[in-house]
Order: sequence, then C-alpha cells, then structure tokens
Amino acid sequence: MPEQPAEERRKNFNEVTLGYTKEDALAEASRCLACKDPKCVEGCPVNVDIPGFIQLICEENFEGAIERIKATNALPAICGRVCPQETQCEARCVLGKKGQPVAIGRLERFCADYEREKGVKAPEAMPPTGKKVAVVGSGPAGLTAAADLAKLGHKVTIFESLHKAGGVLSYGIPEFRLPKEIVRQEVEYIEKLGVEFKPNYIIGRIKTLDELCDDFDAVFLGTGAGLPNFMGIEGENLNGVYSANEFLTRVNLMKAYDPEYDTMVRHGKHVVVVGGGNVAMDAARSALRLGADEVSIVYRRGEDEMPARREEVEHAKEEGITFRLLTNPVRILGDEKFNVTGVECIKMELGEPDKSGRRSPVPVEGSEFLVPADVVVIAIGTSPNPIIFKGSEGLEQNRRGTVVADEETGATSKCGVFAGGDVVTGAATVISAMGAGKKAAKAIDAFLKEK
Amino acid sequence: MAYRILEKEEIAPSVHRMVIDAPDVAKAAKAGQFIILRIDERGERVPLTIADFEKEKGTVTVIFQEMGKTTKQLAKLSAGDSLEDFVGPLGTPADIRKLGTVILVGGGVGVAPIYPQAKAYTSAGNRVISIIGARNKDLLILEDEMEKASSELYIATDDGSKGHHGFVTDIMKRILDSGEKVARVVIIGPPIMMKVGAGVAFPYDVEILVSLNSIMVDGTGMCGGCRVTVGGETKFTCVDGPEFDARKVDFVQLMNRLAMYRGEEAKAVENYEEECRCGLH
Repeated sequence: MPEQPAEERRKNFNEVTLGYTKEDALAEASRCLACKDPKCVEGCPVNVDIPGFIQLICEENFEGAIERIKATNALPAICGRVCPQETQCEARCVLGKKGQPVAIGRLERFCADYEREKGVKAPEAMPPTGKKVAVVGSGPAGLTAAADLAKLGHKVTIFESLHKAGGVLSYGIPEFRLPKEIVRQEVEYIEKLGVEFKPNYIIGRIKTLDELCDDFDAVFLGTGAGLPNFMGIEGENLNGVYSANEFLTRVNLMKAYDPEYDTMVRHGKHVVVVGGGNVAMDAARSALRLGADEVSIVYRRGEDEMPARREEVEHAKEEGITFRLLTNPVRILGDEKFNVTGVECIKMELGEPDKSGRRSPVPVEGSEFLVPADVVVIAIGTSPNPIIFKGSEGLEQNRRGTVVADEETGATSKCGVFAGGDVVTGAATVISAMGAGKKAAKAIDAFLKEK
Repeated sequence: MAYRILEKEEIAPSVHRMVIDAPDVAKAAKAGQFIILRIDERGERVPLTIADFEKEKGTVTVIFQEMGKTTKQLAKLSAGDSLEDFVGPLGTPADIRKLGTVILVGGGVGVAPIYPQAKAYTSAGNRVISIIGARNKDLLILEDEMEKASSELYIATDDGSKGHHGFVTDIMKRILDSGEKVARVVIIGPPIMMKVGAGVAFPYDVEILVSLNSIMVDGTGMCGGCRVTVGGETKFTCVDGPEFDARKVDFVQLMNRLAMYRGEEAKAVENYEEECRCGLH
C-alpha cells in the first residue's frame, strides 16, 4: 500500500499510509480464493463476512461491500487502519501459507473510505422497543455496543467523561495513524442511528453506577483502561516526565502540535520512551514529529517480545527511532530547576523461562549507563480507572482492578450491568474491545427481552 | 454542547466571579470539589475550584484571577456568552463532619474555595473561625459572604489597609496559642502561602489540611500530570485530592511542578496581548 516516505512523514502529523486506489483494490480482491469454509472470518473478533465483501469488490459493487462489512462492524474505517490483521483474519488466510495473505484490512479500509467520500447513508434501525440502555465510555467497546443496541431499536445514551467521543481512538491513537476526522465521522454514523451522546459526563461523579441502574433498563461499561501505570523509580515526578496517556492526550486530543491550539507540551530534543507496546511506538513517533533530534525506545526485553504490532515497529524504525532493547530504566535524573536531564538505564539479559513460558529479563550487574533526555514518556501500560465504581456496590472486580465479566455475554455480578473491552481484559486492542461490545449488545438485547 | 454564563462580575482588580448554567454539575457538587472548563475548541482545559453552587437553580460559581492566557480570555467573556466545556464535579469532596472548632484560612483567590467549606462546616455544626487575607483591601474577596458563613471572621492584609497588618497565619497562630481547642485547620491559597502557613501550625496538636492546585488535563486520573508526593507516595491531585494532610505534602515538588510551563505560559500571554492590541480579540 502506498505510504508517505519516512523522511517526509517524520516531520508531519498526516496519515502515514495512503490507502488503495480502485485499481489496487480490484487487483488485491481478485486474489481471494473465496474459500467454502473461510478461516479468515473465524479470525475476526466481530466475524465480518470477509469473502462476501471481497466478492462484492470484485464486482465493483463498493456500496454493497461496505454494507456487508457494516452488517457486523460499525467502525470499518477505524478497523481497516488499526486492527492487527496479521494476527487475526490475515493470519488464517490460506494464501498466507505459501505467500502473502489477502490484504483484508486494506480492502476493508478501501470500502470504508469509498463510502465516506460518497457520503454515509443513515442506516435503518428496527422499530423502537421502549427500552433504555446506558453506555459508559465512548471508546471502541462502547461505540460498538451502542451501535448494535440502537439498530435493535433500543434507546441508547452514551456517557463520556472527556469533551470528545472516541475514547482511545480520540485521545490515544495519533492522527498520523488514525485521522481524527475519520473517528468523528464514525461517531456521527452512530449518532445517526439515534444514539444520544453526553460528553463531559463522569459516572462516579455526576451520577453513581447505582443511580444509572435506576434510570436505565441496562448498563454497558466500556470505560477502558485509562489509569496510567508508573514505574515507581526515583525522579519520576520531575518536570518533563509524562505518562503516555498525558503526552498523547495533549498531542492528539488537545492538538499540541498545532500552533493554533493553546495546549502546552514539552517539545523534547532528546526523548526517551519507556515500553514496547503500540502506545510506546505512538508516543515515540509523536515526539519525533514534534521536532525531536533523537527519540529512543527503552524496553526491558528483546525485539521478539515487544507487544507492539510488527508494522508499527517497522514504521518507527524507518522513521529513525532508536531501539534500546534489553534495557531498563533505573532512575531519572534532573537539574536544580527540577527538569529531567537523563535516564540511568541498566542492561538486561534473558533468564530462565518463567511460569508463562516467557524468558524474564534480569539486570546485568554493573552495566548502568546514562541516556540524556529532556522529555521522558512512560508507556508501560494502563489499568482500569476506579472512578466509575465510586459510590456504587455489588460489582465484582479482580485484584488488577478489572471488572469480572462473562466472556461470552459481558454479564457482571451486578444485575443489568454488562462490561467489555479493556475494563474487563486490561489494556488490549481496539478490535477485541469491539468484539466484546458486540457480544454484550447481543446479551443485553436478550436480557431486555426477558425483563 | 455549550454552558451559558449567567452572571459575570469583577469582584476585585483582575479577579472575576462567574456563574455558569451547569445543572448536572450543580446537582452533584460538594464543598472542596473543582471543575475543568474549556472556552472553545482550541482552548486549554483549565481546572478551577467551585466557589459556590445552587442545586435548585442548577448553577455553579467559579472565581478566578487573570494569570495566564486562558484566564485573561475568560475575563473578556460576559453574561450571555457560553463556554464550550464545563465538566465536574471533580476531586474527592472535603471531609466535612462535626469536629468542634475549625479554623479556615484563605489567602488571595484561595478565599473562593474556602467559602463553600465555611458554609458546609457551619451547617455540620462546627464553630468556624475564618481568617481571610489579601495583599491589600481592594484584593480582598467574599468578605460579606464569609462573615455570614462563619462564627468569627478575621481579616489580614499585607499592607495593613484592612484588618490585621500582616499575614493570615499571624492570626491563626494567635488563636492556636490562646489555648482554644481547635480540631482542624484548613489552609487554601497560593502554594507558598500554604507551605509557610502549614509550617506555622506544625508545632500544634491539630490536623492541618491544604487544597492543592496542580497542572492537569482530564481531572479523572487519566493523565497523571497532577502527580504530587504525599507521605513519600505519588498521589494524583485530581482523584486522591485535592485536599491532603499538609504535614505530608512535598510542597517544593508541588511548586516546581506548577512551574513546568512557566516560559510557555509567559509567551502565550505575550502573544495574546499583542493580538488584543491589534484588535483580534
């Protein structure tokens, strides 16, 4: 797929990948074998009819293709961009056994972009059921659950704590990977389904979950994992040390890269990002685009263990991000004005495999060294935000603060309350959250019919 | 979604009182909490303490001093204008219950957050001794309101233009020295005033609380920008606070963190004022 050259894109926030032309899409679609027993569909958390939509592309019926996708996936323009297809649908593609699998994600994106250019049609919903459902959080899980419930005729209200819808799609994933205009349009589509959206509305502060249960027939919690983890090392509160959440929120949601906006963020010259996931890649590549001379990723394990998508790691490398692998921060150093000046790191080596089978890293004694830095971003993961549980009772959580919910239905220990996405699993992917939102919507519909 | 400004008044030079139509926030608000507002799409998210709220009318009052670009821009708005965003109530409410005698100390604009606390402590059955101060009598705010909300009210000004000539903490010390049994002291004001004030109260057998103001984005625990060290542990001002035990707060770190964007803030004010001179605002 065509993309902006690395030299060019490292200086701007425009989208990196440029998408298929009609010819590209037709050529790629023609590779699909239209298997009788399509494995790719099983690999998709929301079970998109993949051979079906690809066949429609071959027939140049792009409207039909997007309709087919949207029958099960409310956010195709987003999924086509940020899904880890290489471990899901494309991993199961028969063609992938001997060569390249069909580029399903790119084809999905092509269809969604085609529709957006033509103007999105308002979808049809079933007659109103008179049932009211509250969805807490407007990230991928909440948006998907809301869309499916609205299509079934239920009256859905989404409560969002920030001023903009989208959750991690808006505050976390950068513009260059997922343009915010696309998120806005996908949200608009969901509003067209009749979903009411309440921004600046914090459940746990304005209303408790218990009060929400009184006001609505069912509640879906899709509040994600929004609480940043820190390492607890010396110097972590120095000025210039950010959580990835804060850094990315300032840059993405609050558009700190645009001088027209009032948002402040430190534009570091030497930036260190701690962590090896997609969020770490996003933070590193954002720092680069803000004008850094050197950005390095510090990760305590090796490249094979990095949880980030292959494509993100490759993009980061192409753009010139330095990877300091098998390296762990020991403390953060600062000057007399409380500004960060560097990170003391230690070399790690892989020891014996632990219970999970992963070889755990152990420090190499005496191998400490200093990496100069004026901005440090901590991207070592997030936990569910406990604010939602304030003042309510009866919702079972486990030790990590995640909500205990049935894997198939999202049902929680509290009657009428369902949950899905990162608030249940801990930080995971957009598509797995969507899958959970979808399953929960089905279960909520069944619950409402019985009620 | 817009939040209408119902009243706006300059209550002291460069200090403004604004009443906002925000029924959801008003209904849930408690003393000690704050809100975050954003003027327009390109604006910052700015935390401000709730100075008053009326549940029936659905209004929330904020009081702010013109400091940075956003507060200067906010000061230019009038009744009838709207704010793009107004979210709250944020923060853990103040722990208000019947304790006996409570001293409330407010300095400068810090009198604004002290006011709802005075009302709440009084209605919880406490004897409330309030001490409010400012650099001079013109900068003193909420004197009448505080008079009504407190059992006793003392005033101090740095220049002696009203009340005691000196610091609010001089009066606080005098009361603590008098032997009257005081259960709790709450001090709210600029960080340096809270640090010094709390220091004065340290030797006494009294609980000392301060309400902190930190740089933050969301106010729900998501950004972690408002980190503050309390009792050797990292806490988030927005959800763990804003009220903390003054004996445990690392004030030096707090003040250093508040200075994080000082250079950028000065530049933003300069640019904004230049644009105002050119008639752009």
